[in-house]
Amino acid sequence: MSTFTVGQELAPKVYPINRALLVEYANASGDQNPIHQNEEFAKSVGLPDVIAHGMLTMALAGKYISDVAGPAAVKEFGARFTKPVVVPAGVDTSLVISAKVSAIEVGQIKLDITAMVDDVKVLGMAKATIVTP
Amino acid sequence: MLNAELVGRTFPGVDSTLVTQESIAAFAAVVGETNLEVAPPTYAISITLNQSQTLLQDSGLDWTRVVHGDQRFEIFRPIVAGDSLFCSSTIESARVMAGNEIVSVRSDLHSGSELVVSTWSTLVVRA
Repeated sequence: MSTFTVGQELAPKVYPINRALLVEYANASGDQNPIHQNEEFAKSVGLPDVIAHGMLTMALAGKYISDVAGPAAVKEFGARFTKPVVVPAGVDTSLVISAKVSAIEVGQIKLDITAMVDDVKVLGMAKATIVTP
Repeated sequence: MLNAELVGRTFPGVDSTLVTQESIAAFAAVVGETNLEVAPPTYAISITLNQSQTLLQDSGLDWTRVVHGDQRFEIFRPIVAGDSLFCSSTIESARVMAGNEIVSVRSDLHSGSELVVSTWSTLVVRA
């Protein structure tokens, strides 16, 4: 376990999102809302195209924070879904996640998380608390 | 529209959900997690969101126009395979902003008397 400092920036990681991953997430989570799989339906309700589940974006950010100290170390995790992640057919949409250490407390650290697609933030107020050994 | 009289009411879960190793593995595979000893941090949503959907649809909310506004988890201990989790949900608030209906739901997952995970979801019903 490395030591952390307040203000320390953790290296960004890229998570590709495509239509196949949306189907995989729908099956794993039980969220079969057609706006995440059916282009025609998504457009019929005023969306530009199929969009990713907000909770898929958050699950990928959950993987990012799990990589800091393991999935069992995550105590609090929250985010706002500020922009839809559009997932066109046939290509990968790149989600870029990074984080900054915002506070160090006894036995735990707090992270501010940034999640970007095409240089636009897709999560707001994304924060996590992680227990450190 | 949600029946405003339901705000503040807690709906106890009827059935428990048995967490299987397969369901943890499926959720972990989506995000590339290889540690399968515990469920990934957002796994609880696979139980709580479905219950919220049933609850809110039964309460008069149009789920086809719902988008997720925000989400928060407080994890008291990680969920593990073999957990049998009861989900109780409370509609904490409901308001209308710019024609959109905004509903906040808290769901608590209990194993017996132990509170394992609490989740807070804000759901927006687009006008």
